[in-house]
Formats: sequence, C-alpha cells, structure tokens
Amino acid sequence: MAELRLEAAYKRFGETTALDGLDLDVADGEFFVLLGPTGAGKTTTLRVAAGLEKPEAGRVRLGGLDVTALPPAARDVAFVFQQYSLYPHLSVYDNLAFPLRSPVRRSDRATVDARVREVAGRLRIDSKLRNRATRLSGGEMQRVAIGRALVRAPALFLMDEPLSSLDAKLREELRIELKRLQRELGATILYVTHDQVEAMTLADRIGLLEQGRLLQVGTPRDIYTRPATIEAAARLGSPPINLLPPNLLPGLAGPAGTERIGLRPEDVELDLAGDGAEVVQIEHLGAETVVRVRCRNHELHALVPGETVLTPGSSVGIAPIPGALMAFGSAGERLERTDGGAP
Amino acid sequence: MAEINLRRLRKAFDDFVAVEDTDLTVPNGAFFVLLGPSGCGKTTTLRMIAGLELPTSGEIRLGSEDVTFKRARERDIAFVFQLFALYPHMTVRGNIAFPLRTQGTPRAEIRRRVEETARLLRIDHLLDRPVGGLAGGDRQRVALGRAIVRRPLAFLMDEPLGTLDAAFRELMCEELKALHDRIGATTVYVTHDQVEAMAMGDVVAVMNAGRVLQSGPPHEIYHRPRSLFVASFIGSPAMNLVDAEGGLEPGAAQVRVAGTEQPMPRLRTAAEPGAHVYGVRPEHVALVDESALRAEVVAVDYLGARQVVTLDGPAGRLRAKIGNGQRVDVGERVGLAFDGAKAILFDARSGNALPSTLFEADHHG
Repeated sequence: MAELRLEAAYKRFGETTALDGLDLDVADGEFFVLLGPTGAGKTTTLRVAAGLEKPEAGRVRLGGLDVTALPPAARDVAFVFQQYSLYPHLSVYDNLAFPLRSPVRRSDRATVDARVREVAGRLRIDSKLRNRATRLSGGEMQRVAIGRALVRAPALFLMDEPLSSLDAKLREELRIELKRLQRELGATILYVTHDQVEAMTLADRIGLLEQGRLLQVGTPRDIYTRPATIEAAARLGSPPINLLPPNLLPGLAGPAGTERIGLRPEDVELDLAGDGAEVVQIEHLGAETVVRVRCRNHELHALVPGETVLTPGSSVGIAPIPGALMAFGSAGERLERTDGGAP
Repeated sequence: MAEINLRRLRKAFDDFVAVEDTDLTVPNGAFFVLLGPSGCGKTTTLRMIAGLELPTSGEIRLGSEDVTFKRARERDIAFVFQLFALYPHMTVRGNIAFPLRTQGTPRAEIRRRVEETARLLRIDHLLDRPVGGLAGGDRQRVALGRAIVRRPLAFLMDEPLGTLDAAFRELMCEELKALHDRIGATTVYVTHDQVEAMAMGDVVAVMNAGRVLQSGPPHEIYHRPRSLFVASFIGSPAMNLVDAEGGLEPGAAQVRVAGTEQPMPRLRTAAEPGAHVYGVRPEHVALVDESALRAEVVAVDYLGARQVVTLDGPAGRLRAKIGNGQRVDVGERVGLAFDGAKAILFDARSGNALPSTLFEADHHG
C-alpha cells in the first residue's frame, strides 16, 4: 500500500481541459472518493494515476516515487472498471488466477492457488470458483472483477464506478462488502463515482471534482455540514439543499452580505395545520416522504417521516428548524453565522 | 385509457408454473408497478397483458373488452421494451411519426400529433435533427414519443430503465412519472428495483414465485407488509427481524425479544411460543441511554440527512436509521428503543404477519 499524490496535473483533449492543474493527495490506507458529474475529469484522473494517460504538465507520485514517466505495468496499481471485463470462456478460478499467471509474475501453482482461494473467501465467491464467468449474476461478476484486482495486492486500487451497472439492492450489498474489505486490508483506494450515496458511505474523504479542479476535500460529514461554497452544498444531499432568497420566510435571514439561504430538506418541518405554502407533489421513499411545497413562487423540498399524511393541493406552514440554515455570499462562499446557531 | 382486469390468470410452461391464479386490477390512469425478484412471474404477467404470451387459463379485460385470446396487434396497447431501438437514418420527427405512418394516418393528423407528443416530452426543438447526434436522454425521450404518439389504451413497460446507469436512471424515473401525470395513461411497469417501484408507483404489486403477495399504494406496502417476504424485499436498509420468545395471548401489546419486553401494536390473535418474528424498520429504532436492550455500534454510515448505524447485541445484528445530529462512535455501547406502534409480528412458519391494530387503523396511523 502507498500514498498517491497528483501535483498540478494538466490534461487536455483537443479543446477540452479535463484536468486543470489538479492537486490531489490520497493517504496510505485511505478510501478516497472523487465525486463529480459527467465530464468533471473523474475518469481522466484515474487514468492519469494509472499511467493510461500522460499529463501535459504536473507530476504523479506513488509511495513517494515519481512515476509520471512510468508505463502502467510498472506502477503497481490495479484498475476496476464499470463493466466487469471478465474472460467469458474461463472459470471464476481462472479469471482470478490470471493476473498471477502473467509472465512477469510467474508465481508457482501452490502460491496462486492459496491466493485465489483467500481472495474468493474474502469476496464470498468461494462456492462459485468452478463456474464459468458468464454464468454468474451481475453482483457476482463484479465481485470477481474486484477479486482480480485484489489477488495482486497492488500498492493502489483505482476504481471507476464499479457498482453503477448494478441495481439498488446489489449496489448496497457490494458497497458494504467493499468498505469491509478495504478496512480489513488497509488498502489505498481512489474511487470515482457520480453517486453521492456511494461517496458518503464509502469515503474516508470525498473530493468534489468540477471541471478538472477540486471544489472541496473533506470527510462526508464535513462537506455536508460545512460546505465551502454553494456549489459544494448542492453536491451532497438528496433531495438537494433548498436555495432560497433571504427573508422568504420569517427567521430565514443570514448575516450581512447574504445573497442566498441554504436549507436542507430534513431541516424543513411542515406544520400541517398552518398555511403560507401549498403541497405540490409527494414522493414516497418508504422510511421518508419527499414533499415539494410552493411558497411565494419558490419551490422547496421537505423530507418528512414516511407516515405523514399529505395530499397535493393542501396548504401547510413551513417551519425551518432553528439554527439549521446556511448563508451564502455573492461569490457563492458560505458565510459564518453570527447568531451562534449550529453550522 | 382503460382499466385492466386480470381474473384467475394462470400460465404454465410444461411443469413450471410461472404465474399462479392471479387476480389484479389496474385502475384507469394508474401507474401500476409489478415488483419482484427475477423469476417471480412479473414479466410473464406483463407479456400476457400485451398478448405476447397466451394464458393457460383465466381472463384479461382491457376496459370492457375481453382480450384474453386476442393477438397483440389487436389490443390497443403500447409495449416499451428494455432496449429502445430508433431508426438511425431518420430524424426525430420521422421516428416519432413512424407508428402513425404504418397505420395510414392522414398527413396533417400525423404532423399535429407528432408535434403535440414532442411538446409533451419537451423535445419539440429537436424535431428536425437526426437521432444519431442526440444525447442519451433525448434518445430515450424519442423512443417514448414513439410509444405515446399512438395514444393507446395502456402502456406496458418491462424494466425500460434497466440498462441505464444510476444517475440517468433516476432522471428518467422522474421524467416517466411526470409524463404519466401529464397524460394520465394507464401504465403497467415491471421492475425488480424497489426504489423505482416506490418512487413511481401509484399502486405496487409485489410478486414472488408466481403469486401476487400484496398490492397497494407504496406507503401501505412499506408500513403494513403482510408477509415476511414483502417486509424484507422492500426497504433499504432492510427491516430488522428478531426471533421473539414465548407465546402471546390475543390483546398482548408487548413481546419478549432478547430477554427484554418490547412494545408492539395490540395483537388480535394468539401466538404460539417460539414461532414468531418481531419486525421493526431501521427508522423506528432509536439509540437511547436508558434501555435494558444494549448493543455495540459496529459501523456508522453517514448519509447526509440521516445516518445508518449497524449494531451487534443479544438481538443479533440490527440497523438503526437516525438523524444526522446524534454523534455515534464505532465501539460505543448504546441502548435501543423500538417504536412499538410501527412493529409487526410475523408467524415464522407461514411467513404471514399476525393481525394487530396496526392493520386496522386508517391508512396513516
């Protein structure tokens, strides 16, 4: 295992700047998640770290060593892709053994066997070792793909949305497995995704990526509760944070210079006997219900307990939880509160 | 638009019964979701409604018409498949107009309906563009346009979002639901994804092993599951299930769990010793100081608005979904309090929920 560092990395594709002087530090043993929309430069960052792309400027260091000029094979990194990319004609066992049997490694039979079985056990696919790779479920195939990266015990894992083609239930299962594995092995992982739930549950730290630069780096709780800017505030949270003009509601004021007020949906309480706002739409999530309400030409989301009874068109009062609001200035920066409320 | 009725519908493939005597009503204008794991019979049911599969027995009515043995093209239904195929050499207009042209619809009528459909899908500005250069989302909208331009009595969709990646799937989920609300078309939608089902369905029917186990509005299915299967299939993280101890008399409002008394809605029947399971959703588990039931925190997943805490203790492994304000550390020992009014007791052998006051209160108890 080793730490990864990108220093002022630039990468252009024609007219497009994919990495715009990106500085990135991933600590040894850290699960670091790059979160960003399509085109933010997530995959390019991974490919530069892997050596699949060469940056036009800047350095890549792995475990203190400058690897900028080294080809992928010399970097001791393992890449897991979104699509499982297994050898369809081989068994699970042979897929897992393949990286160990490559001519550069040439491990002996007993070592290969021990390693394959250990990894299969960890990933809970030991009962499937003799199956053909194509006769597996999507979740199992992705476990095998992760297993192929694990067998080599590389210094760094690079993962490009490995769970995004699975359905919700499987994604959650594999997320938990992946986190457990990373802890057990103390692995260094740079993981990219556009799924914020994945980012928040997996990451030790999240880097919010936008147009080839980092908006903010921090623990999930840090970024969620103390976003540096309005863009960072809007990146985490589902439904997203409500951004409202100051003084839309009583109590919704910020310090001097406040341009926008941010209020998370879970901090909006609805007074079912009150008025001032109208219920527009209701979406049941089970445990919770997302309610869209309209108040003086502005729409906002409230997250209320799943048992709450509401009908579209009915009128409600909006009560923000005291101390929950965030204030943003004209440049989008978050303003520190002066009223002593919790951040 | 029309109501769809299935009466004692059954389909067997040789020895294998894909769909067991199923009764279902899809109300006129509803967004009706058939939800279940693979192999549960949901796609077979949909294919029978479409006329792509003939039932072994039973009846299918579309509005007032018995269509059980009619051919697919004699039913006024549009089937949207998992993979949307567009004609790559045609424009958006050409693609959407195609189903009408094959029916011999007059030119002026085609023009009017294509433009109306495009407006509905918010792609009217793209009408004269070739489909080849469109972004993924717009391609999906064109494909939907082809299905809705005919204005059929009902839409059938078989995991239409199955092949999309997560973010795009969420977006299309919202679009489909919004489109349905605008045109009010009766829609039967098949998926194995509970999140899609809960978010989109007016009515969700949960299927397993060829049977419909329960159908109702999403909140009903979620809060009052009538079987262990439905309870654990829906909800993420899944409902906590703990073996209960001892027997219970009718009228009991407490149950013994891991050596402690826990509250539950008043029971309407007796429960035999050792044969029942206490079920409580993660959001109905609170972490408190004072409680006889203790557990150790083994993981904390921060989700922004909420956090999911994994706990190990005498009641086994449990999950609690709590607010983001409470600080919880891995390794800490905490007390657990269950919101008894929301708990459900299941018969472990039959897997059915035992009748209690929970199932009697009006919808929103």
